[in-house]
Amino acid sequence: MKSMKTRKRVGAVVYHSFVILLGCVMLYPIVWLILSSFKPGDQIFLNAANLIPDTFVLENYRTGWAGFGGLTFATFFKNSLVVTILTVIGEVSTSTIVAYGFARIRFKWRSFWFACMVVTMLLPTQVLMIPQYIMFQKFGWLNSFLPLVVPAFAARPFFIFLIMQFIKGIPKSLDESAFIDGSSKIGTFFHIIVPLCVPSIITSAIFSFYWKWDDFMGPLLYLQTPKLYTVSLALKSFSDPSAGTNWGSLFAMLVASLIPSFVIFICFQKYIVEGIATTGMKN
Amino acid sequence: MKTAKKKKGRDFGVDNLSGYLLIGPWLVGFFLFTLYPLFSSLYYSFTSYDLLTSPKWVGVQNYINVFADARFYQSMKVTFIYALVHVPLKLLFALGIALLFNMKHRGIGIYRTLYYVPSIVGGSIAVSVMWVQLFASKGPFNNMLAKIGIDITRNWIGDPDTSLMMIIILAVWQFGSPMLIFLAGLKQIPVSYYEAAEIDGANVFQRFIKITVPSLSPVIFFNLLMQIIGAFMAFTQCYIVSNGTGGPSDTTLFYALYIYLQGLKYHKMGFGCALAWIMVIIIALITLLIFKTSDTWVFYESDD
Repeated sequence: MKSMKTRKRVGAVVYHSFVILLGCVMLYPIVWLILSSFKPGDQIFLNAANLIPDTFVLENYRTGWAGFGGLTFATFFKNSLVVTILTVIGEVSTSTIVAYGFARIRFKWRSFWFACMVVTMLLPTQVLMIPQYIMFQKFGWLNSFLPLVVPAFAARPFFIFLIMQFIKGIPKSLDESAFIDGSSKIGTFFHIIVPLCVPSIITSAIFSFYWKWDDFMGPLLYLQTPKLYTVSLALKSFSDPSAGTNWGSLFAMLVASLIPSFVIFICFQKYIVEGIATTGMKN
Repeated sequence: MKTAKKKKGRDFGVDNLSGYLLIGPWLVGFFLFTLYPLFSSLYYSFTSYDLLTSPKWVGVQNYINVFADARFYQSMKVTFIYALVHVPLKLLFALGIALLFNMKHRGIGIYRTLYYVPSIVGGSIAVSVMWVQLFASKGPFNNMLAKIGIDITRNWIGDPDTSLMMIIILAVWQFGSPMLIFLAGLKQIPVSYYEAAEIDGANVFQRFIKITVPSLSPVIFFNLLMQIIGAFMAFTQCYIVSNGTGGPSDTTLFYALYIYLQGLKYHKMGFGCALAWIMVIIIALITLLIFKTSDTWVFYESDD
């Protein structure tokens, strides 16, 4: 009996040591980035592997925030927030409506359109980079947020799919009884479907936020004047090797750009984990 | 049953108007932002077009030029090496960690969260910029090696021999999503399967091969497909790492980056669209191949 217990305890120690050690290796780059942003700029690459700053300074955040070309990072953060929030609203609201249509309404050619939607999920947006650019140029949309935001209001197949899976889990008898009670299809949507779909809507909103906040290709293609730069594009300019980078300021702004992602992760962890798990299982 | 239901006055019968109104936002976007650009790019791929003057029909000349272009083959090579190395590595790693987190130990919730952190920030510009510095000649990686007596001043990302490998490591590091999918898959395997196998005298390894792998095969299939297509989408990381050039010596010239360079840097829209259409065909073929072969190695639950 006793040896069993000891064996189990040794097993636990080995397990935890291994997982913690591997975790440290995994997280080292991020911890290094964060702690380096508090080192004086000229010391970051002296004994670079050291994590703890010899002198702890906040100066980098002040100089970094001052930005470049007369624009502070307040401008870039504001631009990113505007683009990201409009995108989240657009993608999530339209995707929920479309998901309801596909999941609950019978109409002609439904399966055909559904198949089209699944195929577009497999089509990389990079394929459409040039023709979309030409199209938006003809619309006169270059150097504005329009090419980044307007397509979001045309729903996103991945989210339609995600929310649809959720709607399918809601018993049909619920909306049927509402319908018999005289509620319209739109009424059923708002009173029955939407409240019950909230978890999948939150999951979609989180992914929508992440992808837009991190988006680099879109801003690179469509935003030309620095005044319109999003954070990701501003960081690229800020880190330009030819510009004689101040490492301290750069590292501070890199960390600042990650804060929204961290905050959302901490607040909505559960939805992220469950969202990813369901997308993988239902295919 | 169905005919009886149809005879009732109010029910969920066919309703074309509501259906099309509801899927309307997607349908409009599908035509305007996907189908129209897709086919206009097919047209442009047969023209010479620099955005300033109107497109000039040149027939298949762009395709001839693409197939005679050394950088096209280089970008194809880089993308395939990236896909074929990083996808299996990432999935193996994700599966290994998922198995680790499927054991019964305390604190697994916290571990799982921490291991997912790289995937949360990995797609950002910040991490790509940081990655370059991590492996710079005076970066922490070389510094760490120096501390254990290995003196290297190699700039791992600036060196053509290792630049692509660094991008592959960056991708494998973000194993969080497949890990979570595998973990969810593992939790769905009935414990009774393992108990039955144990009674029959199967060892750990046999149980893994005979129960775990077949049960997870739909998940592996899904991941494989998504990650290979993902390789053709890789853009941000190689753009940042190579400062938008695909260098050093075109060793990080990913396919998507090459389309960008030809189309939006050199303004050869026709050539760029030809590249894009070749990518469409390749992705269609890969998808078809994976679907066709999946019957032989994907086992779905029979009662599903």
